[in-house]
Amino acid sequence: MREGKLVFWLLFAPFAAWIALLIVIPHIDMLILSLREKVAPRVYETGFRNYADFAASWVYPWTLLRTVVFSIIATVLTFIIGFPVAYYIAKIAQGRTKAALFMLCLLPFWVSEIVRVFGWMLLLRETGLISNALQGLGITSGPVEFLYNDAAILIGLVYTSMLFMIVPLISTIDGMDDALVEAGYDLGGNGWTVLTRIVIPYAMPGIIAGSIVVFMLALGNYLTPTLLGGKSGQWFTAQIYSQFITRFNWELGSAFGFILLATSSALVWLLLRLSGQSLSNTLGR
Amino acid sequence: MLASLPRSPLLRFAYAAYVALFFVYMALPLAVVAVFAFNDSQFPGLPWEGFTLDWFIGAEQPRLGLINDRRIVAGFFNSAFVAFWVTALSLTVATTTAFLFDRHDFRFKEFAYLMMLAPLVIPGVILGISILVFSSTLAEAVNSLTGLEIGALRPGLFLVILGQFSFITTIATLVIAARLRRFDRTLEEAALNLGATPAVVFRTITLPWLRPALFGAGIVAFLISFENFNTTLILNGSNAPLTVTMFDRMREGSTPVLNAVSVTLMVGSGLLGLLGILVQGRAAKP
Repeated sequence: MREGKLVFWLLFAPFAAWIALLIVIPHIDMLILSLREKVAPRVYETGFRNYADFAASWVYPWTLLRTVVFSIIATVLTFIIGFPVAYYIAKIAQGRTKAALFMLCLLPFWVSEIVRVFGWMLLLRETGLISNALQGLGITSGPVEFLYNDAAILIGLVYTSMLFMIVPLISTIDGMDDALVEAGYDLGGNGWTVLTRIVIPYAMPGIIAGSIVVFMLALGNYLTPTLLGGKSGQWFTAQIYSQFITRFNWELGSAFGFILLATSSALVWLLLRLSGQSLSNTLGR
Repeated sequence: MLASLPRSPLLRFAYAAYVALFFVYMALPLAVVAVFAFNDSQFPGLPWEGFTLDWFIGAEQPRLGLINDRRIVAGFFNSAFVAFWVTALSLTVATTTAFLFDRHDFRFKEFAYLMMLAPLVIPGVILGISILVFSSTLAEAVNSLTGLEIGALRPGLFLVILGQFSFITTIATLVIAARLRRFDRTLEEAALNLGATPAVVFRTITLPWLRPALFGAGIVAFLISFENFNTTLILNGSNAPLTVTMFDRMREGSTPVLNAVSVTLMVGSGLLGLLGILVQGRAAKP
């Protein structure tokens, strides 16, 4: 029995060191820093001024709101575009086609995000392929700039996070017994009722897992909004980055970090509550 | 709707067309990047000026190929260095953690499991800044107590490794734990009954069962590390990894050398990814 205790501590120690030293303590330290106010050079007080600074200017809350709203839109779009494809791969494609399609879904995502964003830049910019194609077809007379706007950000975000929606969807839908769908039809349901009352409820853990990951990836994204978005399309992560790296105001940057973390945690929690799922049975599967 | 149920041909065709269109959407940006890596032009785009390999092997400016571009080569080696250590460290901790949750019951186990998952729901930028803040606090504390300056605690590759490790370990743990859960523990008991020591049982029975998951998790960890941008950007010092180098180049205005780097990455990570899928696929069969 004492040997079992030793093994337990040997397994527990690396886990505890990882979570304590790299997750919990750094976040506590960041919280403390965010509550620090500079009153004079090298003189600090504790207080909420950094959070008050966030609320006082309309730019910061507005950027946060924009980031959250766009991340939600990106998540919904990813689901709407991805769900039929996931269903096709899980239930309609057979044998080799199924394996090949699944592989085709995965492959683009083994490539770095920066490469994928670069691809969209080459397609969307004024001198890019789509602009050239439209001119070639005579639809427009001059070059058209598709880059540096909100739609470009959405295209990039949806593209970049598609895999994280499709894979959990495929794995849950794949596990569904075909008899459930057949029974739905036998009992007089049409395609729509079978979809909304059988397939989607069954796939809910996968939908929530995919939505959480896609939402978090969009909210925490920096590359896609920076490279595809315009000057007005700033993302909240870019604010954090500029406080830390450009303005060297770590106190305010830490407060921003906490505000983003609190917002994302609250929204993930809300999503789990509304859908009746838990973190362990969605992400932890 | 199922493959076995009768449907109208029109609907079937429309559905297949949608799926085909989806794959075009997936492939298009990558195809464009790849094609223009071979364009004989200063600019990655139309018009097509003819085929060249200059952007891979060109020896001098303005056609400096990637193998002669010192910043890109350095970025590549920095990324490989980081990815190697992240893979080694995260596989080790992920394995012990998977065993911890599979084999042991302890107080607050559910809470501990949630903490293990937490790095997945913390944005990468925040993981980066919190580790940056904490390491600076440590560095300041050490400095004021002893007068020593610990370079490893300042932005640089060491912090990049820690930052990536902090969330990649969660992913690796989930991969390994999923396979460990399907392990038939009576096999271990049988071996113990037949007189094997726990160490021998682990080496000859448990470890071989886990090997495909370890291999798969290792490939995933390596690729995620090599491609990571958010956490890396915050923690990176003077030795920039490849993704950060590429980002800086993109903002300076891109030349097709970026396409050439991208093609190299696509081929490299595509091969690694396929290898991972093959290994996992073979393990999935009984």
